[in-house]
Amino acid sequence: MPKIHIPTPLRQYVGKQPTIEVKAGSIGDALSGLVSQHPELRRHLYTDDGKLRAFVNVYLNDEDVRYLQKEATAVKDGDSISIVPSIAGGR
Amino acid sequence: MLKICRTDFDALRRHGEETYPNECCGVLLGQMDDDQRIVASVARCGNTRSDSPRNRYHIDPKELIRIQREGRERGEDIVGFYHSHPDHPARWSQTDLAEAHWIGCSYVITSVEKGKAVNTNSFELTGTDENDKKLSDEKIEVA
Repeated sequence: MPKIHIPTPLRQYVGKQPTIEVKAGSIGDALSGLVSQHPELRRHLYTDDGKLRAFVNVYLNDEDVRYLQKEATAVKDGDSISIVPSIAGGR
Repeated sequence: MLKICRTDFDALRRHGEETYPNECCGVLLGQMDDDQRIVASVARCGNTRSDSPRNRYHIDPKELIRIQREGRERGEDIVGFYHSHPDHPARWSQTDLAEAHWIGCSYVITSVEKGKAVNTNSFELTGTDENDKKLSDEKIEVA
């Protein structure tokens, strides 16, 4: 099954697990499965109208899914999915 | 509280001097519990904001994934981030708060004046979500 890497701030919503395996055929399936298992995560990943929050980057292995097929991007066993909130700022 | 060794503390300050007059940025890795973050290593990152590097920073998520993976192999998690404020105080800005999303992590800021690192302060991003998050002063213990 694909493995989802959970960033440190969101682990409190998934029983402090650093990674979670989900049965999924696409990125969308994987994220849906994740929030179904851990409903508290939903508001941290999605806006009220169900869109992935702009600052939440999702990578399949080393590729940004926005530059693949977004949530329709196919995943397979052994893939690594990373949820990476953006890091930015300045004076 | 943020606990960091002298070598790592000096290294992140030096990074700000090296990139002056541009902002530097990087990642703090180590262990985290409820009220403290213990830094075991520091990873330098490139600042992708080539359009405005003197007053903005951004870390490429791809670089972060690599750093996260290498940290995992050493048993370390991401516990915070650092950046510099060239010719500006070591206080968080509205941009810093708006762009901070790693609740529970430390955000370390070093002021660099005329190329020399001056003050270094740390702020914990507290709150429960995007609506009530805030950057709170935290003590840095340099061992």
